[in-house]
Amino acid sequence: MMRPIRRILQAREAGIIVMLVIFSLAVGAIAPRFLTAETLGIVLLAVPLIMVAAMGEMMVLVARHVDLSIGSILGFSAIAAGMIFRDHPELPLVVGCGVAMLLGGALGAFNGLIVTVFRLPSIIVTLGTLSLYRGLLFILSGARQIDPNDIPEPLIRMAQTSPIGIPWVVIIAFAVALATWLFLTHSQIGRQIYAIGSNPVAAPLRGIRVVPVTILVFTLSGALAGLAGIIYAARFGYVNPGITGVGFEFTVIAAVVIGGVSVNGGVGTVLGTVMGVLFLGAVQVALPILGVSGFWQNAIYGGIILIALIIDRTVRQGGLHGLLARGGA
Amino acid sequence: MLTFTQQMARNWGNVRGGNADMTGMAGAPPLISARGISKSFGGVEVLRNVDLDLTPGEVHALLGENGAGKSTFAKILAGVHRPTRGTISLSGKLVDILSPIGAQRFGITLIHQEPISFPDLSVAENLVIGRAGGKPLGRVRWAELAQDARRLMSLLDVPIDVTLPMRGLSIADQQMVEIARALASDSRLIIMDEPTAALTPKEVETLFGIVRRLRDEGRTIVFISHRLEEVRAICDRVTVFRDGEKIDTAATETLSDADIIRRMIGRPLNDYLHRGTSHVGAVALAVRNLSLPGRFEDISFEVRKGEIVGLGGLVGAGRTDVARAIFGVAPAASGDILVDGNRVVISQPTDAIALGIAFVPEDRAVAGIFRSLSVESNITAAVLGKIARGGVVRRTAERALARQSVERLRIRLASLRQPIGELSGGNQQKAILARWLLADPQILILDEPTRGIDIGVKAEFYDMIGDLAADGRAILLISSELPELLALSDRVLVMSEGRLTADIPRAAASQEAIMHAAVPRASRAGLGA
Repeated sequence: MMRPIRRILQAREAGIIVMLVIFSLAVGAIAPRFLTAETLGIVLLAVPLIMVAAMGEMMVLVARHVDLSIGSILGFSAIAAGMIFRDHPELPLVVGCGVAMLLGGALGAFNGLIVTVFRLPSIIVTLGTLSLYRGLLFILSGARQIDPNDIPEPLIRMAQTSPIGIPWVVIIAFAVALATWLFLTHSQIGRQIYAIGSNPVAAPLRGIRVVPVTILVFTLSGALAGLAGIIYAARFGYVNPGITGVGFEFTVIAAVVIGGVSVNGGVGTVLGTVMGVLFLGAVQVALPILGVSGFWQNAIYGGIILIALIIDRTVRQGGLHGLLARGGA
Repeated sequence: MLTFTQQMARNWGNVRGGNADMTGMAGAPPLISARGISKSFGGVEVLRNVDLDLTPGEVHALLGENGAGKSTFAKILAGVHRPTRGTISLSGKLVDILSPIGAQRFGITLIHQEPISFPDLSVAENLVIGRAGGKPLGRVRWAELAQDARRLMSLLDVPIDVTLPMRGLSIADQQMVEIARALASDSRLIIMDEPTAALTPKEVETLFGIVRRLRDEGRTIVFISHRLEEVRAICDRVTVFRDGEKIDTAATETLSDADIIRRMIGRPLNDYLHRGTSHVGAVALAVRNLSLPGRFEDISFEVRKGEIVGLGGLVGAGRTDVARAIFGVAPAASGDILVDGNRVVISQPTDAIALGIAFVPEDRAVAGIFRSLSVESNITAAVLGKIARGGVVRRTAERALARQSVERLRIRLASLRQPIGELSGGNQQKAILARWLLADPQILILDEPTRGIDIGVKAEFYDMIGDLAADGRAILLISSELPELLALSDRVLVMSEGRLTADIPRAAASQEAIMHAAVPRASRAGLGA
């Protein structure tokens, strides 16, 4: 145990696990059916959507930026994929999925370009593109919903099952998490993302190419939001331009921050993020079981984000200005 | 050691090992030849036509006031800036140093004044990140990385755990990591920008030991410093910059301190003349048995009106903590503070201000200035009550007050509305002092008031501090620079490990006496006292 930071991180992750256990036991005490394998299954099914996007958002936060546009990117990609499925049912599933991720990546890259080239704070840039992409998605779709019978049957099935019993989307989500972990901890670029977030002034002086790495991070975030769009279509069986992905960024950022990823950059682990997502999934599933009105959901998420931020602030004397003053390049 | 030497032999097979051959060699072909280097920022020329040769195996000092161009020159060598005009040759070949990473490929490393590192990454990662030639998607081999890092750190004989995050390391240790990084990329030229600014004397010695070894290996060290005694201790040659031009390059021993200073400021300087006053009045500030566990213990002293009391000691001895306790930033756990003979309770800074105490903190960037606000707003920030009517600040009054201060303290600026962040360090410090003087404090606590400011401006500060005392103010001066303490103090208190270890009257004060009281007890016994 010679590594204090790692120890703190482990403590943070341990903290989330403890929170998750206490929360589950508390809910279980009120509603015993919460503590069943069936509920676990429901939680696992609820999380892939958040998990996939959270991996992207986590990388953005580690690089000391923020991406508020992922909800709109999700919606845009899902609509585009849905239109392909609807207009060209003969094309294989993978084409639609590929298009969704490519489009998501392109929109993310645009975010990254604006942030780096014009040295603008990402919180403002992505607030702008949040609105821009949502507007484009209305234009693209003609404000028309993708209906359930336009979504290919095999895609719907991916959200329900697979040869090994666990639904495909759950496998995909954990595969994405594993890949993110490999990328962040075992590739040079991954470490450079931490370096940029840890000290953006030092990074270029050390020969780290901050601009391309930052653009890459936003591109990955966008592509993963695009993948989340496909998962959305699979899980809900429809895509609506005015509903799909609205407010999604708050859920995802909540999960990531609960997972101990610092809004001041440089700190965050995939394990922590996974735990944060599971915690939020558990909350999501628990609320209806407890009979809490859906109206409360946003308030509760907001409260959880604040608590997580306060913990972040206390653990690391970095300062809250991080999220507000997300630096440009 | 063996591996170190072997590594050197591999890199520079032609470099002989002997120390005597390596130092100050006039005949050796230069490692770096800079010719006609000029640099302009936005039309302002900060470096003009500089020619400079750096030979292998020398420690070369760059001296000059802030803004003289020495740091700009260093940054050009290190690829941070590109020259507007001029050429650089490396071992006789013209080179273009396009970026810091390009400089690294040429074997040039710049160690910044405040080590730039990645606090969240481990020491090992800090050593290699951005290293030239890495494949972007290449795997990070953690085990090899740690092993490499351990080998590098062992070359320096500095016990630092490479798996620790940089965040927890002292500035001195962070600098060691930077030096190790320079070795990792086999740097032939290592530029250190004021490396000793935040080090204790012992750490400085360790650093100098390493610098000497690197020199003996045939590397070139460029050493930027304000401290002449250090330059004298370690540098073979000095180059003096002034106003963007190179004034002179000479072997260190051929120049006296006075020669060097004259070249730096273009005029002679009665810098370290004693300024203390003789007409000392009643006790203005007294502390009795002040303690804060873990910080300082049982501190008692007095400061009289018109008296400058120096507070010396090593960094971390608890001096700043005492000042912060008196000012109410972090109050003491026990003990008394008396102002003009009356016991007072100071639990927060506003209490202290109300009692006429002012505290100019050490780190102006963090605790002193409002960077983006204008100079005038910064100066009047503490006395808004004086210039506001019904809660509304009267701009004309603010301006008049600020202008008076600027004239009185000779603050050099373009405009009162200029953001204070654009001023030089010395002028920023003056503006902060001006702010406190407007509140007309009777007790002034100055924590390292001249850190990081030019020698020329320092003398002005010393005059100013002397004048403040002559006006009957009580002044407590915390300083790590012994000549400064000696020049200003009527009495020197010394702290070591949280305790007051000496109270030396002016007549008996010397650098030796202060240092002797400042070193921790264990090592003091070793000095044979």
